[in-house]
Amino acid sequence: MAEAINVELLLRRALAPVEPPEALATQLAATLQSITDLAAEELEGWELASMRDPRNWVRPAAALVVGTAAGAALVLLRARQRHRDAPPGSIGELRDRAAQTAHDFADEARRLLDPR
Amino acid sequence: MLEPTGNAKARVDAEFSELYKAHLRDVYSYAFYRVGNHHDAEDLTEQTFLQAYRHFERALRESDGRPLRPWLIRIAHNLAANLYRDRARRPQSPLDESAPIAAPHTTEDLVTGRDELKRVLEGVGQLPDDRREALIMRFALGMDNREIARALGRTDGATKVLIHRAIKQLESLVAMGEDD
Repeated sequence: MAEAINVELLLRRALAPVEPPEALATQLAATLQSITDLAAEELEGWELASMRDPRNWVRPAAALVVGTAAGAALVLLRARQRHRDAPPGSIGELRDRAAQTAHDFADEARRLLDPR
Repeated sequence: MLEPTGNAKARVDAEFSELYKAHLRDVYSYAFYRVGNHHDAEDLTEQTFLQAYRHFERALRESDGRPLRPWLIRIAHNLAANLYRDRARRPQSPLDESAPIAAPHTTEDLVTGRDELKRVLEGVGQLPDDRREALIMRFALGMDNREIARALGRTDGATKVLIHRAIKQLESLVAMGEDD
């Protein structure tokens, strides 16, 4: 038991904490500060930069194209559904269906372009 | 991951700055005793804090108010393991050759206890990695069992056993050294 205590005491002395060199502390603080500043600048400039850079237009443009195609497909599906449900029609019924389809397109366009 | 904005970003940076000031010596001490020389210890310390900064927000969220020192030491532990894996080598110089350069040993320590300390450090160097690391965390950093368990990814019980066995093995190694 006495030996175990002895080893622990020796360990405390042998493995004393090591002070980092002053140069390391200075260098590391400077590196972290520059990273922090860079991150803040990037954050502030991100929106404007992303709008100025045409490479960043691709994703929103692609999203708009995909969204528009999906919307159009949905409108056509609704139109076909109504066509199946309706009795064989007259000119008035065809005109109503065309008006309804145009109305559906307008609704989908509003939904897609709504900024919310 | 959501980017912090404005005041939130400044608050996170301020907290990281506090963490850095509080634990620079801990990370450096761990790195030094782990890699065995000041040059690699400096690199390891720098990489540890850069890595920590990258994941600091997540660590803050997930720490649930617990101290972040074990998390920092775990990063250093993983980076040191990668260092050895990359270079496929053990520490370049024995600990006892370079330890007195920066370690706050007194002159009396160095003169009267030099042989004993040398034997202990040699013994620590011969221990399996997990036992050696546990002893470094306990004696160089003053971490308790729970902190060491978190840093090593073990249970509190397993850590207690690990430290007990490390000390027992070290006693044997030191005793063998005395017999020689």
